[in-house]
Amino acid sequence: MKKFFEAIVRGVLTCSGFVTSLVILLIIGFLFTEGAGLFNEPMVEEGYVLALNKENDVSSLTAEQIKAVFDEDIVNWKEIGGRDMPITTFRLEDVERYFTVEELGSEYEHVGMCIASLIARSPGMIAFVPQSMLPADAEVRYIDDSTISLSEVFAGTEWFPTATPAPLFGIVPLLAGTLWVSLFAILFALPFGLSVAVYMSEVASERMRSVLKPVIELLNGIPSVVYGFFGLIVIVPLLQQGFNLPVGESGLAGSIVLAIMALPTMITVAEDAMRSCPRSLREASLALGATRWQTICKVVIPSSMSGITSGIVLGIGRAVGETMAVLMVTGNAAIIPTSIVEPLRTIPATIAAELGEAPAGGAHYQALFLLGVILFFITLVINMSVEYISSRNKYKLR
Amino acid sequence: MNRVLLSILCGVCGAALMSAYAQRIKGSDTLLPLTQELSESYLKRNPASEIVVTGGGTGVGLASLLENTTDIAMASRRVKFGEKMKFAKAGFDMIEEVVAYDALAVVVNPENPVNELTREQLEGIFRGKITNWKEVGGEDLRIVVYSRETSSGTYEFFKESVLHNKNYMSGVLSMPATGAVIQSVRQTKGAIGYIGLAYLNPYVKALAVSYDGGRRYVLPSVKNASDGTYPIVRPLYYYYDVEKAAMVQPFVSFIKSADGQCMVEKQGFVPVRNEDVTIK
Repeated sequence: MKKFFEAIVRGVLTCSGFVTSLVILLIIGFLFTEGAGLFNEPMVEEGYVLALNKENDVSSLTAEQIKAVFDEDIVNWKEIGGRDMPITTFRLEDVERYFTVEELGSEYEHVGMCIASLIARSPGMIAFVPQSMLPADAEVRYIDDSTISLSEVFAGTEWFPTATPAPLFGIVPLLAGTLWVSLFAILFALPFGLSVAVYMSEVASERMRSVLKPVIELLNGIPSVVYGFFGLIVIVPLLQQGFNLPVGESGLAGSIVLAIMALPTMITVAEDAMRSCPRSLREASLALGATRWQTICKVVIPSSMSGITSGIVLGIGRAVGETMAVLMVTGNAAIIPTSIVEPLRTIPATIAAELGEAPAGGAHYQALFLLGVILFFITLVINMSVEYISSRNKYKLR
Repeated sequence: MNRVLLSILCGVCGAALMSAYAQRIKGSDTLLPLTQELSESYLKRNPASEIVVTGGGTGVGLASLLENTTDIAMASRRVKFGEKMKFAKAGFDMIEEVVAYDALAVVVNPENPVNELTREQLEGIFRGKITNWKEVGGEDLRIVVYSRETSSGTYEFFKESVLHNKNYMSGVLSMPATGAVIQSVRQTKGAIGYIGLAYLNPYVKALAVSYDGGRRYVLPSVKNASDGTYPIVRPLYYYYDVEKAAMVQPFVSFIKSADGQCMVEKQGFVPVRNEDVTIK
């Protein structure tokens, strides 16, 4: 009977382990398939084409060029390798400016013909229209349609996910923003976190500790949106006046908020690690005549190094993945940050702000999943480096 | 026990029957709170009728109108040409009703001496071609541009109306909510942003805007928006098929009545001009 019971328990434990791993693998698989789909999407919105006059000899454009053309930053074909003539842009919504309702027909059956004839008689026109609308024998040329390329995404410096006709998915500014703000958050949090942890485990009296510890753990329980709100109302104006900045919403505000948020995790984990340093080690050090300070920095901290590192890394993890607070205080400008007092946009904030309205299955949606994959890799690398550091430290101690 | 069950069953059947005759309204989230409020007070006056209001966005509302899963589609923009073609192909004869207007105010910090801008200047500012306030007659101060997130309908409308469908510059600061825009403009001296007319408060200063190259500048207000002099205004529409006209007419005319338009104004939207109300 007892054996039978044990077998059941073992079965349940194995099963739950397998199910958890399987779920995690499935989530990762889902993330990857959705993200990789981005590179199969056409550059121009699905089902649409860019049509040119037959005389025009430009045959391919990059997404940046298409955006510049439709933004009227490029106004002449010779700037993009064509002949010297001005560019006129045409969107489907403009059709009523060129034609009357009678010409289009009561059920709009003549629209395709009208647009085709319009393109045929205007040499500098570029038209963004649905492919199905133009008649098959229309006398127009099409811009070669390519899929979104790896280099456009991974080396692109512009993030315009809703630009028509060709959205831009350059992730460099978002990646740089995330790393930049996390780096500064850790720089702020590290000295404070470590010193508080040392104070609480080694210096503070038992009474002091029993007051401080719950207070610090309470910080962990504050919802991140409250931190964000606090940042927006208090930290942002403070920084703006203190440093006389043109904009208060900046990477600096974000990293300060993130540092405050990462502190409780760091302190709690590091403090627990230091307290679990064996009493015999401390006593041996003190017995050899070392002072209390020498004991702390030569014995306690090195022996609990792996615990301290994992505390720091958990803090970094929180900073990298934090969404709501940074969304509210960093200003979310998708530019590559050159200083910490500039606004920047992070990956989690982008996903949170944009996923709600991105049409499911579209290029924008898949681009956001790709951002998720990148975030996943960042945390993976951080976790692996911790494993490496802590294993090396253990080896050294032996 | 059986009797209780029976009465519950009857109730459910009755509700199902009622909702079969209910008017279904679906679409724009901008119009959702207003339509809900209006339908509640309409139902108080006409307890026999039933109205079901759901959101989902303008595109969703128009698509369901096409699939006949809604009777009225709420839209915060005019039906697009592509959609018009689909409706024409499906044999719909759509009626378009403007039920309210929504105006956007361009706001700056109250300490900023600039009071008015043309559309061209606004386009330059939001596209990053104008970066200092002194270029538009203000102090020597960097312009800090606040915008909304790309998912917002306000973002799209401002892009269409002021930027003529061109893209914002990449350095624009995108805020997750209107409240955040107000807060930031209030505490940033060189800031400029745009918010719905209903959100205007004394902590930010609204700019007079000119769409005719600087000949006439108009301040945003309910009055200026409803008489058509303020340019950054979008009409909010109801769309329905001509065949359903008899069914939806009572509710639509309630909205356009003086009482209905009074509620429109209370919700922070701009009421429809009187001429529009009388034309039916």
